[in-house]
Amino acid sequence: MKRSRLPAVITCGVILFLFAPLGVLVVNSFNASRFGGEWEGFTWNWYEKLWAAGEVWESLWITLKIAVSASVAAMVLGTLAAYALHRFRSWLQDVHHMLITLPLVMPDILMGMSLLALFVLTGVETGLLTIWIAHVTFCLSFVTMVVLGRLQDFDFTLLDAARDLGATPAKAVRKVLLPLLLPGVLAGGLLAFTLSIDDYVITFFVSGPGTTTLPLRVASMMKTSRSLPVINALSTLLIASTFLFAALSSRLQRRA
Amino acid sequence: MSTRLRPARQWLITLPSLAWLGVFFVIPAVLVILTAFRPADLQGGVGPGWTLATLKEVQDPAYLPILWRTFWLSGATTLICLALALPVAFQMAHSGERMRQVLLLLVVIPFLSNFLIRVFAWKSLLHPEGPLTKLLIALHLIPENAVLLNHAGTVLLVLVYTQLPFAILPLYAAAEKFDFGLLDAARDLGAGPLSAFSKVFVPGVRRGILSAAVMVFVCCLGQYVIPQMVGGTGDEMLGSKIAQRVFSDRNLPHASALAGGLMLAVLLPMLVVVLWQQFGRKEAE
Repeated sequence: MKRSRLPAVITCGVILFLFAPLGVLVVNSFNASRFGGEWEGFTWNWYEKLWAAGEVWESLWITLKIAVSASVAAMVLGTLAAYALHRFRSWLQDVHHMLITLPLVMPDILMGMSLLALFVLTGVETGLLTIWIAHVTFCLSFVTMVVLGRLQDFDFTLLDAARDLGATPAKAVRKVLLPLLLPGVLAGGLLAFTLSIDDYVITFFVSGPGTTTLPLRVASMMKTSRSLPVINALSTLLIASTFLFAALSSRLQRRA
Repeated sequence: MSTRLRPARQWLITLPSLAWLGVFFVIPAVLVILTAFRPADLQGGVGPGWTLATLKEVQDPAYLPILWRTFWLSGATTLICLALALPVAFQMAHSGERMRQVLLLLVVIPFLSNFLIRVFAWKSLLHPEGPLTKLLIALHLIPENAVLLNHAGTVLLVLVYTQLPFAILPLYAAAEKFDFGLLDAARDLGAGPLSAFSKVFVPGVRRGILSAAVMVFVCCLGQYVIPQMVGGTGDEMLGSKIAQRVFSDRNLPHASALAGGLMLAVLLPMLVVVLWQQFGRKEAE
C-alpha cells in the first residue's frame, strides 16, 4: 500500500520554518553588514562589541543568580509536590493538582500583573527578591509535572523491599527513591533553569531598579539600532547554549 | 507505616507547594480582581475606598476592536498551528525510535530558545533592509517598496511561529498512543490516505487536539510582546493595553479590570476542557 508523502513533506517544511529565522540570525552575527540584507564579508566585530558591553555581562550574572536559585527552590518544592500528588488520593490532592496545573495555562501577562498587584498592595519593593519569587512560582508547576512523569514509572515495591531488608523509612527514601528519581528531578531543574533564563514578560512586571536581567537587557538594546548586530552575536551564543542544554537534558532522560 | 500518622504526613509533604501557590498564585489572582474595584492613585498605586468607576471606564467602546482583534488573531493562530502540527505529530509518531528522538529534539530546541530572540529574528528577517525582503523583491514576488513588518499579518505569522511547538507537543503525546493499525485497516477497507487521516487519525487524537488548541489559544490571548515588536500601531491586542495601563498610565485598577476580563476569558475554555475530560473518564468507566 502506498503511503502518502505529504506528512513528511509538511514536517520538513515546519522544521525549516522553525529553524530558518534562527539560522539567519546566526549567519548575520558574522556578517559585516549592519542589517544583514546582503553578505558583506566575515567579521568578529559584533562579538568584540559584545565582549566590551559590560552591562550585558552584568545582566547575565543577575540572570544566572536568579535562574540557579529559583530552579533549586522549584526542584525542592516540585519534587515534594509530585511525591504528594502521586502517593495520596484525597480532596486535598485534587485541590493541589488543580493549583499545580493552573499556572501552566495562565498567560504570562496575568501572572506578572497579579504578582505586581500583590507586591504593590503589600508594599514590597520590586527587585531581586520579587523576581526570584515570580520565577519559583512559574517553574514549580513545570518541575512537578516532569518529576510526576518519572514517579509514574517508579516501582514502589522497591521501597517495601528496602524496608523488609531493615532500612528505616527515611533511609529507604534516601537510598532507593531519591537516587532513582534524581534524573527526573535534574531534568525538571534544567527545564526550570531554561524557563527562568528565558522569561521576559513576568520579569518585566516585577523587576525594579538595578535588576535588569538578560532578556530585559536584550529588549532595551532592541530599541537602539546601533546595537542590533550585537544582539545577533548574543543570540547566537544563547542559541548555542540552548543546544547544549537540550542535548544534556535529553541524555539525562535517556539514561534513566 | 501507621495509618494514623498518614494524614499528618500528607499535609506535611503537601504544605510547602500548596502554601507557595496559595500565597503567590491564588492570592495575587484574587487581588487583581479586587483591585479592579479600587480607585487609582497618582503614584501608580491604589487609593483608599471602593469604587465601580473603573468598571465603567473599561466599558469604553474603543476596546471593542482590540478585543475583536485579540480573539480573531488567537483563533486564526490556533487553527493554523493545528493544521501544521497534526501532520507533524502524525509523522513523528509514525517514525522509528531514533528518528522520533531527533524530531522531538528539533521541535523542542526552538521552543527552548529565548522567546525575545525568536521574535527579534523575525523582526530582522522582515526588516526593509533584511534578507527576506531583499530576496522577495529580487524574485519580483513583492513590489519594490513593500513593507513586511507592522501588519496584523506579521503579528499572525510570528504568533504561529512562537506557538507551533505548543501545538506539536501535546498532539505528539496523543499521536504516540494512537494505534496506527487502525489506519492500515481503514486503507484496507478502501479509504484514501486523506480520508483515513481525517476520519480515523484526527478523531483518534481528539483529546490531544483539544489540549493543543486550548494551550495555543490561551497563550495567544495574553500576548503583548509580539504585537509591540512586529505589529503596527493599529495591531494592539488586549495584552498591549494591559501593559500600557500598568507602565505608561500607571493606572493599576484599570489594568486590573482588563486583566480580570482576560482571566475569565482564559478560565472558561479551561473549564470546558476539565469538564470534557471528566466526562471522558466517566465514559471510559
